[in-house]
Amino acid sequence: MSVLADETPMDVSLDRRIPMGVVRDTVAIIQRNLIAYRRVPQLLVFSTIQPVVFVVMFRYVFGGALSASLPPGVPYVDYLMPGIFVQTVVFGAIATAIGLATDMKSGLMERFHALPMARSAVLSGRTLADSVRNVFVVALMMAVGFLVGWRIHTDVWGLLAGAGLVVLFGFSMSWLFATVGLAVGDPETAQAASFPVLAPLVFASSAFVPVETMPEWLQPFAEHQPVSVTASAVRALTLGGPAADDVIASIAWSVALIAIFGTISVRLYRRAV
Amino acid sequence: MREPAIVVEGLEKRFGEVPALDGIDLAVDEGTIFGLLGPNGAGKTTAVRVLATILHPDAGRAEVLGRDVVREPAAVRRRIGLAGQYAAVDPNLTGRENLRMVGILGQLPRAVIAPRADELLRRFSLADAADRPLRTYSGGMRRRLDIAASLVPKPPVLFLDEPTTGLDLTSRNELWDMIRELVGEGTTVLLTTQYLEEADQLAGRVAVIDGGRVIANDTPARLKANLGDTVVEMDFADDALAERAMALLGGDGLGTVEREYRTVKVSSNRGAHVLVDVLRRFDGDGIEPDTLSVREPSLDDVFLALTGHRAVTEGSGGGGA
Repeated sequence: MSVLADETPMDVSLDRRIPMGVVRDTVAIIQRNLIAYRRVPQLLVFSTIQPVVFVVMFRYVFGGALSASLPPGVPYVDYLMPGIFVQTVVFGAIATAIGLATDMKSGLMERFHALPMARSAVLSGRTLADSVRNVFVVALMMAVGFLVGWRIHTDVWGLLAGAGLVVLFGFSMSWLFATVGLAVGDPETAQAASFPVLAPLVFASSAFVPVETMPEWLQPFAEHQPVSVTASAVRALTLGGPAADDVIASIAWSVALIAIFGTISVRLYRRAV
Repeated sequence: MREPAIVVEGLEKRFGEVPALDGIDLAVDEGTIFGLLGPNGAGKTTAVRVLATILHPDAGRAEVLGRDVVREPAAVRRRIGLAGQYAAVDPNLTGRENLRMVGILGQLPRAVIAPRADELLRRFSLADAADRPLRTYSGGMRRRLDIAASLVPKPPVLFLDEPTTGLDLTSRNELWDMIRELVGEGTTVLLTTQYLEEADQLAGRVAVIDGGRVIANDTPARLKANLGDTVVEMDFADDALAERAMALLGGDGLGTVEREYRTVKVSSNRGAHVLVDVLRRFDGDGIEPDTLSVREPSLDDVFLALTGHRAVTEGSGGGGA
């Protein structure tokens, strides 16, 4: 039994190109990251328990005070849930930062660098795996929403379109936090460094409260930043009313964020080992 | 004559102001083990990272099996295996899943990956643990799996960066046997170590590096030969017995014999043979020393002689300029 019992001439076997290599590599990395979610359920706690707590807290604790500032006829829970979906994928994107930083610290990234694999697969395999997770988490949060009285005023297509927007936005957030994780290179630091990025995005937004209740100097940011725009788009798609502007703005934000932070994180990855 | 498997010429790499590699030249013959010996911070890991296409050198040239690490990194990656200082494996995957992932990423055809993983798991005595997540493995098992992972694509050139750091003696010896076996099958191994004994045990040739420079490059035997002698030291019950021992050992070319009270010292450049001769003569005359010790010159001594400082590791400032 020999480790090198291969009669193929070396250069032929070593330089054989396999078509679809990029897809095969990316799928291998996606699988590896999803297996981790299955085997280490703690990894899912942050992205599931936390939004459930937020739903209960905002729905039952702050809901009464907040409903006064809403347009007449809109129950607070119907306003809240689209914000919760968006907030869920932003918080969940911290896992992208922590995951990549963990791979850097453990030396796994170094192994990947020395393998003849597609350079892009390590990062896109991570962000795509986190998007697959987001599909499940968003579906779960919708179920929680229905339990606490959330209702759709449009139709199932509005709901699916909203879910699609949220998952696309989550993908863009994964690239943002991939940049954070690669920049710091250590899981604990990645977690700490992610919060200051995430907090203004989630809380200075229309996710939980209408922007009109905020100080005037904050309103322009809170109105147009991507979390608010995406939450507004999902609200329009589930409550009814004109949705096109917000939907287009949300997609534009997501595409721009993916382009910017995709480029930066690929640069960081090439240098980071 | 074939080209050497690894050629390094004038390699330089600095991190900011600090030169990690300050002009390194090496040549490693195919099918041999080459040891890169030096303390922490000497530049060993940097050299391996450049050869494994992970870092770009600032100057100089490095080739693996005739492929330039800067101009043809993809071709180099198809020819190398790398096992680093830390077990670079996914703790959430099982042993089998880890090896299969490396098989895919190493661009092996689908059909050969599963049998290859099984074969390596058997060979590294991990078959029983194959379907357990790595979180449950011991340190030695993880290290074995790490090295098995580096072998999945059957690399003709293998880089082992401090492969036995932190392993217990049994695991270390097992790993040494596996490395020897691989080389017996034709693999070229470049091994870094700060354990002087390890370079001595495994490598056919050793480069001692310090402060990013090669300060010696020779066989372990010749490095040690330059240092001199094997010393056999014996204590006897009294001066009279020691005197008789002196008389037995002195005279005819056994080596230098010295006596200091009840202690007799024989120094010789004939290595371990001197001990056999000493014992043979005692046996003929019925003399027995109370204690006996043999001290071989070690690569530690080599390091001290070459650099003027000990091969200090962990947490000391050794290895600086």
